[in-house]
Amino acid sequence: MKVSMKVNGVERGGDVEPRVLLVDFLRTNLRQTGTHIGCDTTSCGACTVLLDGEPVKSCTLLAVQVNGRNIATVEGLAQGATLSPMQAGFHEEHGLQCGFCTPGMMLVGTALLERNPNPTEEEIRWAISGNICRCTGYMNIVKAIQYAAKAKASAPAAVGAVAGGE
Amino acid sequence: MAVLIHGRIGESIKRKEDGRFLRGKGNYLDDFVLPDMLHMAILRSPHAHARIKSVDTTAASAMPGVIAVVTGELMAQHKLAWMPTLSGDTQAVLATDKVRFQGQEVAAVVAETKYQAEDARDAIVVEYEILPAVISPDGAKAAGAALIRDEKEGQKDNHIYHWESGDKAKTQAAFAKAHKVVRLQTFYPRCHPAPLETCGCIADVNGATGKATIYMTSQAPHAIRTVFALVTGLPEQQIRIISPDIGGGFGNKVPVYPGYVVATAASLLIGRPVKWVEDRTENLISTGFARDFHMTGDLAVDDKGKMLALRVHLDSDNGAFFADAQPSKFKAGLFHIVTGSYDIPTAHVTADGYYTNKAPGGVAFRCSFRVTEASYLIERLVTNAAIELGIDQAEFRKKNFIKPEQFPYHSATGWVYDSGDYPKAMDVALEKLGYTELRKDVEARRKKGEVTGIGIASFTEVVGAGHGAEFDILGLRMFDSAELRIHPTGKAMLRMGTKSQGQGHETTFAQIVTEELGIPAADVAVEEGDTDTAPYGLGTYASRSTPVAGAATAMVSRKIREKARKIASHLLEAAEEDLEWEVGKFYVKGSPDRSKTIQDIAFAAYTNLPVGMEAGLEGVHYYDPPNMTYPFGTYAVVVDVDKGTGQVKVRRMVAVDDCGVRINPMIVEGQIHGGLTEGFGIAFMELITFDSEGNCIGSNFMDYLLPTAWETPKFELGETVTPSPHHPLGAKGVGESATVGSPAAYVNAVIDALSPYGITNIDMPIGPDKVWAALRSKGVTE
Repeated sequence: MKVSMKVNGVERGGDVEPRVLLVDFLRTNLRQTGTHIGCDTTSCGACTVLLDGEPVKSCTLLAVQVNGRNIATVEGLAQGATLSPMQAGFHEEHGLQCGFCTPGMMLVGTALLERNPNPTEEEIRWAISGNICRCTGYMNIVKAIQYAAKAKASAPAAVGAVAGGE
Repeated sequence: MAVLIHGRIGESIKRKEDGRFLRGKGNYLDDFVLPDMLHMAILRSPHAHARIKSVDTTAASAMPGVIAVVTGELMAQHKLAWMPTLSGDTQAVLATDKVRFQGQEVAAVVAETKYQAEDARDAIVVEYEILPAVISPDGAKAAGAALIRDEKEGQKDNHIYHWESGDKAKTQAAFAKAHKVVRLQTFYPRCHPAPLETCGCIADVNGATGKATIYMTSQAPHAIRTVFALVTGLPEQQIRIISPDIGGGFGNKVPVYPGYVVATAASLLIGRPVKWVEDRTENLISTGFARDFHMTGDLAVDDKGKMLALRVHLDSDNGAFFADAQPSKFKAGLFHIVTGSYDIPTAHVTADGYYTNKAPGGVAFRCSFRVTEASYLIERLVTNAAIELGIDQAEFRKKNFIKPEQFPYHSATGWVYDSGDYPKAMDVALEKLGYTELRKDVEARRKKGEVTGIGIASFTEVVGAGHGAEFDILGLRMFDSAELRIHPTGKAMLRMGTKSQGQGHETTFAQIVTEELGIPAADVAVEEGDTDTAPYGLGTYASRSTPVAGAATAMVSRKIREKARKIASHLLEAAEEDLEWEVGKFYVKGSPDRSKTIQDIAFAAYTNLPVGMEAGLEGVHYYDPPNMTYPFGTYAVVVDVDKGTGQVKVRRMVAVDDCGVRINPMIVEGQIHGGLTEGFGIAFMELITFDSEGNCIGSNFMDYLLPTAWETPKFELGETVTPSPHHPLGAKGVGESATVGSPAAYVNAVIDALSPYGITNIDMPIGPDKVWAALRSKGVTE
């Protein structure tokens, strides 16, 4: 089946079997490997992408189900060399260790701040409770999202000038 | 004037490796695509114990995209149906005679796409004759129990090993004189490291050169290379293991799994790269589990509350093959650290291992080879003893701690603890918690009918394996390595025999070079995981990277500094002994203006050498530590229990760790947060269990419950610093302290809360159902 969608603002398409999962389409067909597979049962959130701005688990959606829709993945967060406030927050607050859950966490955090620019800690913890991190114990992820919220509020245009290593 | 050099020891610099992960550009195993790559799917046994009557691959072979179907019979033709384990046993690669646990590898399909491989896998027809399943050591011992390892010559029952440590006679004598003996029988259940990335490999055997390049999620790529050479007979220089970015390991990625061997054999036979990546269920039901120890501990105490002796017996459930990842000489890992933080004059430990129809491969889940089980037992036992004796549990611990002046301390089971100050760590924890006030508060709340309690655990670990004479894996001494190359422009490349899985090695180990040579951490690239380029090492697990490879990094830096001194002497036209080192430069004594920076010296090492000196500024060091390191700490937890539902809520969690010198405190604290969370999961949620037929319950993340941000408590950290006297930097390692120490603290808090009702034990994971039932059994209702 022909399928087309906007991925990070760019029109992308392919010819796939109807059963192909969105996560496999992104990783295998489009070679966007920042979206990860952790569990196959919608439990861990490593495969989280934004579908028209809302977090969804791409291991439980078929590629054909999102035909014509907008998908945002981790690869779309940075503007060139400049990290988004969310990415900068994860770097500054040591919100990642192995990095496997990080794309999903950052996308959930990004969507949260879109609808709630100043969330409480409890709201952040609830928002990310569909995403499992095995390394960090979540405290620094919460801080990372708080950092992003503050950064967006104080200087939306100037943030994110943190060079995250190489 | 001294120039500030960024990234020295003690500075919480941000991580150098973050950039690629933040951009979704990490290089995890499944992200690699090689030209002409095929995909492999493994057919696994649905039964825990069954004889294979036939395997029919006809339909599968004819499916679209299928290149090959690999069976045990085919592997046997190449003498690869069985492989050696890390504990001196054998393990089936693909089953030929029987299946011995649910999830065991039976056959594999190699096809053009992952979907095609899985389709064809499901078309393989296997006929089984189901046999009775053994699912516990008691079952394994029972008269008439099914013989699991009937293929092993001389194996008449399901017993694997008997192992002892300590002094039986002296311990018996001490027990005979005891004022009181406190017993705890407890089961540390089977759990699973469950890293978020599952295990996998891409095997690429080049038909023209014979070179086997295997990308693999491995915590120990060099050891794996040697094992592969021994198993397959391929010459070791023709094997290259590349361990790319790893999405968490926690011990799960130490062993060699059958899938790696089958994929390599398939690539060899087909002549194309073969990728195999587990799904989550495969990971949970077939790869290295953890714990599964049934323990009984007796603590003898005199009439003044002094500990006299400890006696422990444990039955270990090792699954269908004895494949524990542990040093060869130790059958129950380092469990004999079980006397913990206490000055117990004598101890005797016995252990028996049993085969069961469960997955093999007891790995140290964020733990130094069974230290977690040991720490749990002694800390639970000490709390129970304090409750039974009517002594405050903090007081009882302090009374029996090994005293600071007793170090180096020779324990009753033969360990030599390097350094420690246990009372200090406890005081910091109690102060932070406000223990005295909280105790009063607990009493007041109890009077109002609330169920609340405080738990303490004062753990001691033994990590950093190890001195090579005592510790080896398949004979390979457990040293580790660092190779440092200083380029002409003063930038550096550090390669090590370890492998980060999220621990931040690219940052921490660069900081050691910064400290020793003054090259800013930003200028030091750290590379691990490629056996063609990195020096040989035993890998990252058992908190050994900083104690061993970190020490190697310091030592190689010091070697380079000595050569740098000679070059500086030449450049400054001053005698070597007239030069002083200040981080980043040599200067002439009394004339600080006459100096050469490490960057000047690096350039000269390639451009302007003293006559007769070899060019270059490089070195390698293989570090064999003189002793293990012994991190310790005190954790304290406050819980509230809902009598109506049995729900336990962790109100506070204070963790004071002493891991010696902290290289990057931010990273250290991150490690502790993660370990406290995994400890929380183990204490309250994570469980791999089996029904009577050996069906695994806990085979996906809907059944195997991992803590999310919603359940996980907030942690309050504290620290003390007692350097290791034998480590070149005084560091001890910290990756596992929190998983080792915290489960007992959580459980002790629950038991303290329930102790007024006469409840002395609940085995983990402590779900509300167990608490509810325990309270009801004592007649407690809302």
